[in-house]
Amino acid sequence: MKEIRIHGRGGQGSVTAAELLAVAAFADGKFSQAFPAFGVERRGAPVQAFTRISDSTIRLRSQVYEPDYVIVQDPTLLEIVDVASGVKDEGIILINTEFAPETFKLDTKAKIITIDATRIALDVIGRPIVNTVLIGAFAGATGEIDPESIQNAVKERFPGKVGEKNAEAIQRAYEIMMGVKK
Amino acid sequence: MTATHDVDMEKMVVVEGSYSVAHAVKVCRPNVISAYPITPQTHIVEDLSQFMADGEIPGCEYLNVESEFSAISALVGASAAGARTYSATTSQGLELMHEVLFNVSGMRLPVVMTVVNRAVSAPINIWNDHQDSISQRDTGWIQLYAEDTQEAADMTAQAFKIAEDKDVLMPAMVCMDGFILSHVYEPVVLLEQDLVDQYLPTFDPEFVLDPKNPMSFGAFADPSTYTEFRYLQEKAMGVALRKIEDAANEFNEIFGRYYGGLIEEYNTEDAEIIIMAMGSIIGTLKDVIDAHSSKGEKIGLVKVRSFRPFPKFEIKKALKDAKMVVVLDKNISIGLNEGALFTETKACLYNTHIDVPVAGYMIGHGGRDIPVSTIEKIIDEAKAAMKTGIDIESQFTDLREELL
Repeated sequence: MKEIRIHGRGGQGSVTAAELLAVAAFADGKFSQAFPAFGVERRGAPVQAFTRISDSTIRLRSQVYEPDYVIVQDPTLLEIVDVASGVKDEGIILINTEFAPETFKLDTKAKIITIDATRIALDVIGRPIVNTVLIGAFAGATGEIDPESIQNAVKERFPGKVGEKNAEAIQRAYEIMMGVKK
Repeated sequence: MTATHDVDMEKMVVVEGSYSVAHAVKVCRPNVISAYPITPQTHIVEDLSQFMADGEIPGCEYLNVESEFSAISALVGASAAGARTYSATTSQGLELMHEVLFNVSGMRLPVVMTVVNRAVSAPINIWNDHQDSISQRDTGWIQLYAEDTQEAADMTAQAFKIAEDKDVLMPAMVCMDGFILSHVYEPVVLLEQDLVDQYLPTFDPEFVLDPKNPMSFGAFADPSTYTEFRYLQEKAMGVALRKIEDAANEFNEIFGRYYGGLIEEYNTEDAEIIIMAMGSIIGTLKDVIDAHSSKGEKIGLVKVRSFRPFPKFEIKKALKDAKMVVVLDKNISIGLNEGALFTETKACLYNTHIDVPVAGYMIGHGGRDIPVSTIEKIIDEAKAAMKTGIDIESQFTDLREELL
């Protein structure tokens, strides 16, 4: 089983991102589970959401304490939330930022990968909504999910032009990540 | 009997728990829905409102009301007039219904209601525990607790079948853990309309409010007759014990999914330690128990699906050979320092030849997460108690001493 923790701020679509990952992973033939760390939701407050992906039925209902992957939607969270908490040594922390991974001194052995998701979102979608861009990058950085499954999940959730634009942004983020891996 | 599922990914979709329950309600063809929105029940009634707006629940009236008290009161009239009725609520909303809940049961109206379990105020807390429904224990409603979102949906159809059975005619609560199940996205089979039609007969009550054939419901009963009404309610709950098993078995025959009837026994054969619990914590417990079993440790689980009627016989049978029993409760009877399942489990073992120590843990109040490490700690204590006896009979789990 692979466990993912998404850090964001209220309104950034962290819960939606977790749900889309679950839908996409299931389309890939895996079992999945997505849920928020239910806070008192308000715009701008730090929030967390979780996704589990497994080859067999998922029964575990606790929050995720030792994630394989962490996605950080907003780099300003690094100052107030321990995003590296419990991440497995061989894990990946994916951060939305214009800066290079070396910039971030986190207490972890996990690999830090950065992507300027805000820039991609502004260029392709025209709005600084980064959740879909980041799950596209996640697909590229981890290889856990087929990017096409993510694009399909997004297009189903957001029909029409919005979905198409998001799918394009996902593709761009995925390709950038594949380039980074090389 | 252990749960069995045909897992057919082709039939499954990843949806929110609330949606799969709302969908289950829809295919059960209710005639009247009456509910007032309250977190974390909201998504269920929003989805049902959407179905109504889209014309997907023919022959149904959705009543917008100004409170939970009105929501359940409206269903008293609707159900007495012969309608299949549904509501959903949680926490303070359920507590506001309290007075009317007795009326629904006393008039023998088979209303089905989803309780999206949440803690009660004060202090205000929107997260999950079982205090809300446990506090309605004695209102004469059947109470079933679901382990996952599929079971919550499937249990909805089962609840209509049990409640409306002419030998039962008692209202039923389907209890699902707030947020943990209501807001989780996971793969489920949405109940198929044709199979539900095959499973659930139309509601055809013998006694209805009808101007052409006037009769009264819930009228005056003086000391010469009141006792017999209570006796008959209790007798109906006794019948429900069997009907809950039947409903689970028939569901399995048609849908290929079974979660246990009154209880589910998991790894209980030869188990030295048996853990008892209700609701979504069961999934985590099964994972932990599997890990211990692979090391050869004999730890089993009794999942209580039906809290009312309380399955004394099945519980005694499941626990009789255990060396240690641990009961987990997401509720407390303040002043007794015990959770309800713990108290009742102990009670049903008294006056028997079963002599097994029972320890109670109150856990997960107000949505406090229950990590695997907490379960492991409880198992460690149970192992020690098996040798030396119980040190503390009932206690709070994961208390933050630094706050006290």
